[in-house]
Amino acid sequence: MADGGIGAPTKRREDVRFLTGHGSYTDDYTPNHTTYCAFARSLVANGKINGIDTSAAEAMPGVVAVFTGDDFTEVGGNPAGWAINSRDGEPMKEPKRPVLAHGKVRHVGDAYAAVVAETLEQALDAVEAIEADIEELDAVIDMADALANSSNLVHDEIGTNQCFDWGWIEDNRAATDEAIKNAPHVTTLELVNNRLVPNAMEPRASIGEYNPGSGDYKLTTTSQNPHLTRLLISAFVMGIPENKLTVHAPDVGGGFGSKIYHYGEEALVLAAAKKLGRPVKWTSTRTEAFLTDAHGRDHVTKIELACEKDGTFIAFRTETMANVGAYLSNFSTATPTFLHGTLMAGNYTVPNVYVNVKAVFTNTAPVDAYRGAGRPEATFSLERVIDKCARELGMDPVAIRRKNFVQPDQYPFASAAGLEYDSGNYPALMDGLEKVADLSGFEARRKESEARGRLRGLGINSYIEACGIAPSNLVGVLGSRVGLYDAATVRVNATGSISVMVGAHSHGQGHETAFPQVVADLLGVDPMSVEIVHGDTSKIPFGMGTYGSRSLAVCGSAVYRATEKIITKATLIAAHMMDEAPDKVDFEDGIFSVAGTNKTVGFGDVALKAYIPHEFPIEEIEPGLEETAFYDPANFTYPSGAYACEVEVDPETGKVDICSMVAMDDFGTVVNPMIVTGQVQGGLAQGIGQALLEHGIYDENGQLLSGSLMDYAMPRADDLPNVVVDHSHATRCTHNPIGVKGCGEAGAIGSPPTVVNAVVDALQRGGHNVEHIDMPVSPARVWEAINR
Amino acid sequence: MPNVTMTINGREMSTEVENRTLLSTALREGLKLTGTHIGCDTSQCGACVVHVDGVAVKSCSMLAVEADGATVDTIEGQASPDGSLNVIQQAFQDHHGLQCGFCTPGMVMSASALLKENPKPTEQEVRDYLEGNICRCTGYQGIVNAILAASGQDVAIAAE
Ligand code: FES
Ligand code: FES
Repeated sequence: MADGGIGAPTKRREDVRFLTGHGSYTDDYTPNHTTYCAFARSLVANGKINGIDTSAAEAMPGVVAVFTGDDFTEVGGNPAGWAINSRDGEPMKEPKRPVLAHGKVRHVGDAYAAVVAETLEQALDAVEAIEADIEELDAVIDMADALANSSNLVHDEIGTNQCFDWGWIEDNRAATDEAIKNAPHVTTLELVNNRLVPNAMEPRASIGEYNPGSGDYKLTTTSQNPHLTRLLISAFVMGIPENKLTVHAPDVGGGFGSKIYHYGEEALVLAAAKKLGRPVKWTSTRTEAFLTDAHGRDHVTKIELACEKDGTFIAFRTETMANVGAYLSNFSTATPTFLHGTLMAGNYTVPNVYVNVKAVFTNTAPVDAYRGAGRPEATFSLERVIDKCARELGMDPVAIRRKNFVQPDQYPFASAAGLEYDSGNYPALMDGLEKVADLSGFEARRKESEARGRLRGLGINSYIEACGIAPSNLVGVLGSRVGLYDAATVRVNATGSISVMVGAHSHGQGHETAFPQVVADLLGVDPMSVEIVHGDTSKIPFGMGTYGSRSLAVCGSAVYRATEKIITKATLIAAHMMDEAPDKVDFEDGIFSVAGTNKTVGFGDVALKAYIPHEFPIEEIEPGLEETAFYDPANFTYPSGAYACEVEVDPETGKVDICSMVAMDDFGTVVNPMIVTGQVQGGLAQGIGQALLEHGIYDENGQLLSGSLMDYAMPRADDLPNVVVDHSHATRCTHNPIGVKGCGEAGAIGSPPTVVNAVVDALQRGGHNVEHIDMPVSPARVWEAINR
Repeated sequence: MPNVTMTINGREMSTEVENRTLLSTALREGLKLTGTHIGCDTSQCGACVVHVDGVAVKSCSMLAVEADGATVDTIEGQASPDGSLNVIQQAFQDHHGLQCGFCTPGMVMSASALLKENPKPTEQEVRDYLEGNICRCTGYQGIVNAILAASGQDVAIAAE
C-alpha cells in the first residue's frame, strides 16, 4: 500500500483554499458586464394570478428586462425523475412545474416575475414596482384535509390533491393484514416526521451566460450534480443540446439534498442571458432559501408491529401521508416510496411488511430528499414502534432487537420489503455499542442524575440504509427515469502526474482528498500526485452527482475500475519496454517487474513512454495513458449501525440535555477515517437537530412561521454534544471493488429515534406514562407530556 | 455615491457604495474580497465575520460607510503571504474543523477574536462564543477541538 492510501486519515487538501478565503463559490464569480436578477415572489400560499403589470418596473432606472410566466409558456416543465404508479395501476399525477408561476401561485415564495437590472439594488427596487393582481384563495395545508376535500385544489387540472396512493409490496398486503389480525400482540404508534428546512449555509445561486457568437450557454450554479442539471435543462426544460450547454458547479457550500434539484431560477438566468446577450446573476437570500429550497421529511404515519409474546416480529404495517408540497421536485416521488418503503423491514427477519404511502400536494414549498431521504422516516417509524413494543412486553430494548436481527450467516438476505442485503453484522454492532456506550453502567448514571433532580433515559436504535444509489436495472423497473451509475476518467499525464475527472461532486465530503487515496493505493504513487477534477460538465465525462451516500461507492468504484484499466494498459507498455510477454509482468507499489529477472520499470517511466512513443508498438498499443470507466452498481449498499443516546430531562422545564451519543456504524471499507468521522458527526448534528430543535411550520394560511434563522432553530455549537463515532465493526460490501458502503447520511438516519427513545425512556423511568412525543422534542412538548 | 476608504489586511483600499450598502457587500462586490461570505439576511449565521478596528463584527450588520477610515481584517489576511496557515487555520485543518468551507471564514475570524479575549477558553466557553456562527456541516466538534488546540490545549489530533 502507498503511504496515504486507503485507510489513512489524511488531512484534506481542499481545506487550504477554504481556510484562506480562496474558495470559489458561485456567488464569488461575477463575469464582466453582469446583470443582476431578482424575483417577485408570492406572499400568499394559493392565489389566482389575474394580471401582472410590469410597466412601472420596466421604467425603473437600470432595469433591462422583466419576465413573467407568459414568457415561458413555450418551454417545458421541470419533471419528476421517478414515475410512481398507484396501487390500482394508475400513473401518478404530474402537474407541470413551470419556470415562473403561470395562472396560479401555489406556495409562499413561488416566483411569478423576475427583474434583470444593472445592479442588484436596482433589480430589487424594480421588483417592488411590479403590480400583481393576485386573488388569494384558501390554502391547502393539512394533508388529511387536502385528501378529504377535493373542492380546494393545489392543481385544478388534476382534479385531486393526491399525487399517488402507493403500496409496497402490494402482493404482500393481504398476508400482512392477516398476520396482524391473528397476532398475539400488536403495537400501534401514530407519529409525525417533522418538516425540515435544509439550510446549507451557502444559499443557492446561478449565473447564466450566453455567447451569441458560438451559441454556447454556460450555467454556473450551486449544484450537487451538474450533469443531472444539464440533462434536465437539455431534455425537459429548455431543449438546449448538451453540447451547447456547460453546467459548472464550482465550490458548493453544502447541499444535504437541497442542491440536487434543478430549480426554475437556473432556467431563468439562462433564458435571460440569451435574450440580453449579457451574463445574468441571481443569488438567493436566506429568506428565499427558506421559502423555495426543497424541504425535507413531513410524513404523518401510523405504524403497527405484530409479534409473538416473546417479541418475535411477525409483521410491520405502515400507512403514511407524505407531503410533496406544491410541485413535484425531481426526486420527490422516489423519496417517500422506494427510499422509504423498501427499508421498512429494518435489520430484522420479520416475514411480513406492507407499506402504503399517499403523496399529497399542499400549498407549501416542494418537499424532496434531505440527508437520508426516506430512510430516516423509515427508521424513525420502525425504531419508535419497536421501543414501544418492548415496553409493552416488558422486554429490554436491546434484547428485542437482538432477538429479531438478521444473523451474520444469513447473507445474502432477502428482506420482506424487497431488498437483498449483501452483508452486515448487526449483533457485532450491538456488542460494540454495549461496550463503548457502557450500557451496563447506565443505572449508576441514572441514579446520579436522579440525585440532581434530573430524569435520565437511555435510547437504543439499530438502522439499516440502502445507499450507493443505485443499480440502474433495478431502479428502472421501479420507475426511475434515469440511470444511476457514475463515471470517471483517469488521465496519467506524461510526467506522471494524474488527473481524475469524476462525476461525483464534492461540497464538503472531501473527495479531492479521498479519491486520490484510492488511486494512489492501486498505483503505488504519492496521493499528492493525483488531482481530482469535478463539477464541470465540459471537463468530466459524465456523472450522476452526489447524494444518497453514493459518491465513493459508485463514483469511487468507477475511479477504481478506470485505474485498473490504466494498470492493464501500462502493463502492456511495460512489457514492451522490458521485452517480455505481458502475462509475465507483475505490478506492485508502482513498479513493473518480471519474476525471476532483475527487470523493472517504474510507473512514471511507463507514463512517459506512453506520451513519447518512440520505439513503440503502435500497431498493438495506442499512445497515451487515459481510461474511462462507467460503473453501475450490482445492488444497493447496506450501511447499518447501532446507536445509543443518554439524555437528562429537567422535569420542571421539560428541557432535554444530551449526555452522550454513541454511533457504531458499519460502512464497509473506510478510505479516510477522519473524513468518515466528520460525516457522521455532521449527520448526527442534523439528526439531533431534527429530534430536538428544527421544525418547518406552516400556519393554516400557508405562511412559513419558522422562515428565518431567528425562528428556525438551527443547531448551534452550544446545542450539541461531543459524540462518539466508531466504525471499527465493518463488513465489506460484497459487490463493489473497494468494499465501501457510504457514510454521509447515517448520522441523520440513526439519531432521531435514538434521541426520542431516550427521552421517552427518561419520562417512563420517572413515572410519567408517556408513549411518544413528536419531534422536535421541545421543552414545551416535554413539559406538556409530563403534565398532561 | 459615497466613497469609503479602509485599511484592509494592511492595505488601503477604496470603493464606491450606496448609503444602504452593507460592509459585507462592499467587501465582496466592490473590493472583490470574496472570502467573506453571506449566509443570511438576519445577522444570524456569522459567515461574514471580519474584524473592524480589532473587534469581531458581523459585516452584514454594519453599513460600509460606517467603516470609512477603519482598519478591517478579513480571512484573506490571516495566512502568511507565502500561503502558510496561521495557528488557528492549521488547527482547523488538523482537527477537520470544516467540510464545505462556507462557514469557515467567519469561524476562523470569530475564533481569533475569542482567543485574543480569552487565550485558554474552556470547551463550554468556546461553544458559547460560537453562538453567532452557524455551521451546517460539521456538528461543531471539529471546530471546537480546533480552537482548543489552537489555544495550546491538548486535543487528540484527527488527521495525519
Ligand atoms: S451574513 Fe452576516 S450573519 Fe449571516
Ligand atoms: S463547513 Fe459547511 S457550513 Fe460549516
